[in-house]
Amino acid sequence: MRNTITIAGKEFKSYLASPMAYIVTGIFLIATGFFFSISPATYTETSINGFLQAGVILLLLFAPLLTMRLLAEERKLGTIELLLTAPVRDSEIILGKFLGGLGILTVMLGLTLYYPLLLIIFGDPDMGPIGAGYLGLLLLGYTALAIGIFTSSLTSNQIVAAVVAIGILLALYFVGFAASFLPEALGEVIGYFSLSNYFPDFMRGIVDTRGIIYYLSITALFLFLAIRSLENSRWS
Amino acid sequence: MIKVKNLTKYYGSRLAVDNISFNVAKGEIVGFLGPNAAGKTTTMRILTGFMMPTRGDVWVAGYDMLSHSLEARQHIGYFAEAVPLYTDMTVRSYLDFLARLRGLDKNRIKTRIGDVVGICHLEEYIDVLIGKLSKGFRQRVGVAQAIIHEPEVLILDEPTVGIDPIQVAMTRQLIKELGKEHTVLLSTHILPEVSMTCGRVIIIHEGRIAAEDSIENLASMIGGAKRIRLEVAGPSQQVAERLRQIKGVQRVSYQDSDYTVECAAGQDPRGQIMEAIVRSGWSLLSLESIEMSLEDIFLKLTTEEETNR
Repeated sequence: MRNTITIAGKEFKSYLASPMAYIVTGIFLIATGFFFSISPATYTETSINGFLQAGVILLLLFAPLLTMRLLAEERKLGTIELLLTAPVRDSEIILGKFLGGLGILTVMLGLTLYYPLLLIIFGDPDMGPIGAGYLGLLLLGYTALAIGIFTSSLTSNQIVAAVVAIGILLALYFVGFAASFLPEALGEVIGYFSLSNYFPDFMRGIVDTRGIIYYLSITALFLFLAIRSLENSRWS
Repeated sequence: MIKVKNLTKYYGSRLAVDNISFNVAKGEIVGFLGPNAAGKTTTMRILTGFMMPTRGDVWVAGYDMLSHSLEARQHIGYFAEAVPLYTDMTVRSYLDFLARLRGLDKNRIKTRIGDVVGICHLEEYIDVLIGKLSKGFRQRVGVAQAIIHEPEVLILDEPTVGIDPIQVAMTRQLIKELGKEHTVLLSTHILPEVSMTCGRVIIIHEGRIAAEDSIENLASMIGGAKRIRLEVAGPSQQVAERLRQIKGVQRVSYQDSDYTVECAAGQDPRGQIMEAIVRSGWSLLSLESIEMSLEDIFLKLTTEEETNR
């Protein structure tokens, strides 16, 4: 646990020291701010749905840009040798990296809180959907981070890591839309595995346990795969 | 301290280390010598727990590397050949990070950072970003991180490659100092380095141990064959011919007026050589006997292996 926190702290600090996190956060804020300000939902429903709808897609594209360096860069620079020869478990390394990314992503989403704040100042928004929407966005973001860490563990090329992660995320997201074209039973099963299946409920203010369990399971699955991939590199 | 038994490592189908066994006792400084791609780095990476062997057993500091890797790693300091450093960290934060991963508490980290920075002469650079340091200083940061947790075993993979001669001398001195308190396995392909720092040598070639002994024993093992170098003013071919006739001389090679005479084991024909040259009316400009150097031992071992196959 101590090692996990040490690694998480180091990763969080190096995010603050490198331009990538600022660029990603900056673009994320500009883009979501744009959609928030032009969305009719902002004015007619005093909801943050305009921001949330854009935020989901942007997270799928940007979270991998935050995670791509976490392991691929260590492999490229050879610093992975320091981590793997330190008395630290492989799981502590992966969890530490994940928590570091989670920290920066949470800060990034925290900076968007002025959207609901504006609604509160100038209107009377329903806080339920806002809270639930943020919860959904965080959960989805953490899932994206886990997938990004997994692909980063596979290669020493950061670009490859990011592109593959974005590919997996988009596939998991859009498979839900494809489900409607399939026979009912099959479509329903596939729908359960889709990242997009659970998010609308959160936006409506419904905190569905199935959704929470789904996001946490996918996160855990990919963190587990990342740990295995790191272990595996010792044997190759 | 280090015990390796029947260690074998394949990368896919390529054999990198082929069934090697050796021991390093507490307090020893052992040179791990071999040409590039001989399997030195692979062996060291297995000793430090970075990689798992395909077959064989490794114990470091009394722990089985396969089943108790975490405990073993606690007692190892490792200088990796690539000198892995986080270039976006300062020397201080880098050392602090690695000391924490190795389980040192806050106060201990503070004193140890002070210690190792002193040992490695990094005082002025402690708050400089590692990315801004020159190669030689990075090398020192690499050594500093290896000793910060006072490990019982130090594994140093080519610590003097790519730095200037003054720093090389400093690093060697440092290794000697460290050898007083630590068990050291030092890999290198620079031969004089080994004779300067190590008590014992393990020569590895194409994944196998070609020889293992003290430097003096290795020299005598290969045959006390002496070599004599001379400079003679006279007709080269005739001089060489005359030298070959002397009893105890095995082989003569020459270039211009420089001759190298290889003698049979146990023979020292220097007196006869001098006499023969003077009698023939040539002048002997110089004559010296050459001890077998580590280079010779090394070349002999690694090239003989090839001709045997």
